[in-house]
Amino acid sequence: MTNNATMHEHDVIVVGGGGAGLRAAIAAEEEGADVAIVTKLHPVRSHTGAAEGGINAALRDGDDPTDHAYDTMKGSDYLGDAPAIETLCETSPEETIQLEHWGMPFSREEDGRVSQRPFGGLSFPRTTYAGAETGHHLLHTMYEQVVKRGVTVYDEFYVMDLAVTDHPDPEERECHGCIAYNIKSGDLVGFEADGVILATGGDGQAFDHTTNAVANTGDGLAMAYRAGVPVEDPEFVQFHPTTLPSTGVLISEGVRGEGGILYNSEGERFLFERGYANNDGELASRDVVARAELTEVNEGRGVNDEYVDLDMRHLGEERIVDRLENILHLAEDFEGVDGLEEPMPVKPGQHYHMGGIETDENGETCVSGLYAAGECACVSVHGSNRLGGNALPELIVFGARAGYDAAGRDLGEARIDTGPSARSETETDLDTPVSPGALDGAEPDAVADGGALATDAEAVVEDALERQRERVETLLERDGINHAEIRSDLQDAMTQFVNVFREKEGLQQALEAIRDCRERYQNVAVADPSRTFNTDLLHTIETRNLIDVAETITLGALARDEFRGAHWRKEHQERKDDEWLKHTMVSWNGGDPDIFYTDVILEGEEKTYEPKVRSY
Amino acid sequence: MSTGITRPEEEEETESQAVGAARAAGESAYGQARMNETEIDAANEASQRRARRAVEDADHTVELKVFRYDPEVPEKEKPRFDSFTVPFAKGMTVLDALMWARDHYDSSLTFRHSCRQAVCGSDALFVDGKQRLGCKTQVADLADDGVPGEVRIEPLPHAEVVKDLVVDMEHFYDQMESVEPYFQDEDTPDGLNEQRQSRENREKIKMSTRCIWCGACMSSCNIAAGDNEYLGPAAINKAYRFAMDEREGEDLTEHRLNIIEQEHGVWRCQTQFSCTEVCPKDIPLTEHIQALKREAVKKNLKFW
Ligand SMILES: Cc1cc2nc3c(=O)[nH]c(=O)nc-3n(C[C@H](O)[C@H](O)[C@H](O)COP(=O)(O)OP(=O)(O)OC[C@H]3O[C@@H](n4cnc5c(N)ncnc54)[C@H](O)[C@@H]3O)c2cc1C
Ligand code: SF4
Ligand code: FES
Repeated sequence: MTNNATMHEHDVIVVGGGGAGLRAAIAAEEEGADVAIVTKLHPVRSHTGAAEGGINAALRDGDDPTDHAYDTMKGSDYLGDAPAIETLCETSPEETIQLEHWGMPFSREEDGRVSQRPFGGLSFPRTTYAGAETGHHLLHTMYEQVVKRGVTVYDEFYVMDLAVTDHPDPEERECHGCIAYNIKSGDLVGFEADGVILATGGDGQAFDHTTNAVANTGDGLAMAYRAGVPVEDPEFVQFHPTTLPSTGVLISEGVRGEGGILYNSEGERFLFERGYANNDGELASRDVVARAELTEVNEGRGVNDEYVDLDMRHLGEERIVDRLENILHLAEDFEGVDGLEEPMPVKPGQHYHMGGIETDENGETCVSGLYAAGECACVSVHGSNRLGGNALPELIVFGARAGYDAAGRDLGEARIDTGPSARSETETDLDTPVSPGALDGAEPDAVADGGALATDAEAVVEDALERQRERVETLLERDGINHAEIRSDLQDAMTQFVNVFREKEGLQQALEAIRDCRERYQNVAVADPSRTFNTDLLHTIETRNLIDVAETITLGALARDEFRGAHWRKEHQERKDDEWLKHTMVSWNGGDPDIFYTDVILEGEEKTYEPKVRSY
Repeated sequence: MSTGITRPEEEEETESQAVGAARAAGESAYGQARMNETEIDAANEASQRRARRAVEDADHTVELKVFRYDPEVPEKEKPRFDSFTVPFAKGMTVLDALMWARDHYDSSLTFRHSCRQAVCGSDALFVDGKQRLGCKTQVADLADDGVPGEVRIEPLPHAEVVKDLVVDMEHFYDQMESVEPYFQDEDTPDGLNEQRQSRENREKIKMSTRCIWCGACMSSCNIAAGDNEYLGPAAINKAYRFAMDEREGEDLTEHRLNIIEQEHGVWRCQTQFSCTEVCPKDIPLTEHIQALKREAVKKNLKFW
């Protein structure tokens, strides 16, 4: 056989070795499970390493988890679920201190305690940091603990699909493992497990311009979606206003915090002079600044028709080198610009996906045995807008919970209901120009095409393995076109139409473009015939995942005709609580997407959060 | 510009590939592409035309000379260099140029990369004769006058090449993990109390904690090239990071010094500074190795 199909068995499989995956694996190991991490990148190469700012945790006198919860709920624009938010804020302190006990090199105060700093939207300086490289240290510290515990890591194994039973109702389905491609050898491997935790991170590659890594292709989200798990609130995507134009590398908010100024091509300080933010100017919230920048460019006042200038020269060399040294390196290395001599070009870029795989506060999805944690998941703590410093605590809090639960620890019954049965309402009149979902007679997806119902775990994995084997053979053997142009057209369409500005017509055009990509994708083939390290094959499969991700984002964006958090609609520039205080769910539904809504849970343990105007 | 790899001829197909193809064409639901052969050819030609036009329209181009090797593909069994002409734009990194070449000329061109911002450590390469991160190297900086000419890109020396620019990292990982690179102190404070660490001590280990496991240092080191068991600069730096961290007790420090004092440990280093020169995170590796040597001497004196 070309593919030496092999099978492995573990109690728990964690897909992904970023912050969420590592924490999940450590938790499962603590609980006594035989756990393995299967990851397409070596764990230390995960994009958690790029996080700069810090981890929000209420650690100090004068601060309290309830304040953190209040800030988070307000930041979410009342689309976060209270049980998830309260769990996050109550558990973040112990999880953060746990990292310290594992040796994470946090920055320190005079008295030797860990340092915290203020961050946007927070009522207390609770962002716990390690220099400007918090994510790097968090990632490495947890990987070190994984090494210490001898957890098995299958690194450079690309997970292609889940092994899920094919019951018609997703809530009856069971996940028995997953199928991976050994990148170095080209072998396909079946992993059989009682619990599978998806921790595959972000999906910024659905956009043309992003702070996300090249590997952030939404694989886990797409796999769970096709296995029947709803994608929750997909329309909520955070765009960061200051990213470098050629690469998308993030220029921290710190530059504006220190006094950096944004100019258009006419030398105007447009945030004030054009009235976008008369009070806060450069320090207005991320979405306001991002929209202002794009308006300038669209109206012909962009520099080179593409970006605006972020100038910090007036701060003086001494202050810049002292507080923003890292920024000088980034601008120099990734844009070829000397921030001491010239302004730095910046434009908005995709940064974070609030939406994701629907889970309850124990990390479990509606498919039994299938979990998700980290950026790929939506437990919903961020609602429609994530506060800076709230993603890293999400990784460790919900990564750990998913790990414990999958390994059998009783975390109590979840308050958040999942799956189609949690539906409160169905979307019936969405005006889509083309029908989304699978093409007629398209390739079979995660759930088998009507064969006998395999329920025996091993048989389920073997069936899935066989399907993936065929998929790989087909892509390698047939003649066809390369995926790269399809991916790039998809990214362009998303950045053009589903960016910080969204309007009905544009969103419909995006759906057409996505449909076109899907159709062209029917013709892709992998030109590299090799079994060894075939990245052509992997990127081709990722592109399929990106198509599904992009479609869920766009469907959600078209459905939600209001302005909430990061989601802005031209025709509907206000928050409509009467109509839209609800989660969007997009479910694959065997290839015929079903869009429905579920209630937001604003009732906390002790109080109910009342929606208020989000102003700072 | 040479074109990339073409598909092996039908008769060169291995038996197993043929079986796979038959299966795929037979019962498989994945089936054949929906465009016919002529349409596929036309689409592929159109892509090539677009690439050529981008090159013609560019003010400047850069010529990549890229090392190619694949043990499984007949044309690539013998290592060779391919050239790719890539349109140059201000801010372009070596990684950007490689990605452009892959996406427009030859999708089999293989290299690791992910973050594009010097934190994931995936793309340490041998660029114009020096170990560098592809994503952190501006193409313009490789030319004296800022106008790019030719850039030579090879896999890291002293490592086994898996394919094209990808090298086997297993040995590097083994060395890293052999120094017990994890906090071992079990005696941590209760509840929400952190271990205290002075600012000075944090400062002392700060640079050592920046390592991104890229392997550039190991590849540049002559000693490591000659002694496969030598721990290498990155692993010793990792040991330094823990040995110098005041939060771990003295017993552990001693244990850690024993590890790096082994036959293939710190004493092998001949302070040639090549690792320090190539480290993309500016870690003073040689200094750290010297510091550990001093600590080891101190420890040994104590036990005399
Ligand atoms: C530039 C930047 C700065 C940020 N700064 C902050 C900050 O200061 N504070 C904060 O709270 N948040 C911050 N964030 C957000 C936060 O860092 C991320 O949301 C978070 O790190 C994601 O972690 P993760 O574990 O979910 O995913 P990742 O770290 O991306 O890990 C994903 C893992 O999944 C694996 N994987 C993916 N697909 C597959 C597959 N098909 N098969 C096998 N394995 C797979 C990958 O190999 C990887 O190991 C920042 C984000 C960015 C981009
Ligand atoms: S010490 Fe520097 S060169 Fe060596 S692996 Fe770490 S980051 Fe790379
Ligand atoms: S791509 Fe991550 S270090 Fe270069």
